[in-house]
Amino acid sequence: MPPARDDGGADDRAAAIPAPAAGTASQAPTTATLAQADGATAAGWAAQTAAQTAAPRPVRDGVALGLAVGVSGLAFGAAAVSSGLSTWQACVLSLLAFTGASQFALAGVIAGGGSLVAGTAGAILLGSRNALYGLRLSDVLRPRGPRRFLTALGVIDETTAVTLAQPDPASARTAFTATFVCLYLTWNLATLGGALGAGRIGSPQAFGLDVVGPAAFLALIWPRLKSGRTEQLVALAGAGIALGLTPVLPVGVPVILAATAALAGALASPVGSARSESPGDSAAPARSARPSASASPGGHAPAAPPSRGREGRVS
Amino acid sequence: MTGIWIAVVVTTAGCYAFKLAGLTVPQRVLANPRVRRFAELVPVALLAALAASQSLTSGHAIEFDPARLAGMGAAIAALLLRAPFLVVIVVAAGTAAALRAAGIS
Repeated sequence: MPPARDDGGADDRAAAIPAPAAGTASQAPTTATLAQADGATAAGWAAQTAAQTAAPRPVRDGVALGLAVGVSGLAFGAAAVSSGLSTWQACVLSLLAFTGASQFALAGVIAGGGSLVAGTAGAILLGSRNALYGLRLSDVLRPRGPRRFLTALGVIDETTAVTLAQPDPASARTAFTATFVCLYLTWNLATLGGALGAGRIGSPQAFGLDVVGPAAFLALIWPRLKSGRTEQLVALAGAGIALGLTPVLPVGVPVILAATAALAGALASPVGSARSESPGDSAAPARSARPSASASPGGHAPAAPPSRGREGRVS
Repeated sequence: MTGIWIAVVVTTAGCYAFKLAGLTVPQRVLANPRVRRFAELVPVALLAALAASQSLTSGHAIEFDPARLAGMGAAIAALLLRAPFLVVIVVAAGTAAALRAAGIS
């Protein structure tokens, strides 16, 4: 989940990890995903361009990213258990939900003693972005029949970023598989390790584990915050809504209502302008030159430029 | 515990359903620029809300936990220095843990 991937993530890792991966390196599955894909993508793209890493290395990229991000499962496992979930519950989430942001979100609400219904709704809402990734990936992977059910499990931020960075469909499929397998194994083993480790810890707070969740979320959206004024306003509004409603609504519900900030941001963004703003923008057909841009259904990477143009009107 | 299991199962099913739906839904849904923009901004709004809530609230109350806030401050500093994700997390947790060990809570 985690993605501190903007340029930051790219730093030293950039050297070790292939271009596309570099961007996403820090993300956790999915969560990172969301936000990250953009940042990551952008970083990856930049790195790729700079290094002229034309040669696709789908397997190496996928494995590198899978290992780097998968280790974050340690944080999830520890956070989940210290939130009140059992080791089994933490493992079931990692095995079958397999989307970092949602997993952290659910654990966070449970830790805060919030409503399970609200926590579940928030986690699922956060997972909705994967539908957008799937939308984009189905065009590249073209999963058929029963395979579609297995492919679906792997549709998250990181796999999307690496897959869409590949130059051709064959490499893309290889990249998806490599990233999915490596990240899946690492994330799950790390979750188990983190959960077992946390179980032996006395007070989670003594180890600062209560800061892991919020710090991870901030790191995940960080690249997005740097991509445009609209993103910053939406983030501030979302945080404000959540804090403002906390005293009066059931725990967990304020966070879901924060989605209205995204709705406002989307409505405030001039629709027609997207097309002309920047190449690579969302309007661009996905597979253009920019790998992940189009890659993320969310159009994250591309989002930045466009949003910039909209800023004026937003505020 | 049963309640948590239900939450875990429903969350798992919901998250998987969204992934599968994406592979199944017609591409034209994303053609609408507003839908696309909304999809891009949802994670930003939700994650910012989560980060704020978990940093500053406890139950229904706004709470200022010095160690936790210091941890978040350290995380922001790490992000500004472009630290990798894991480093950000370790720095944040480490800062909070160190302050608590020092008696500040």
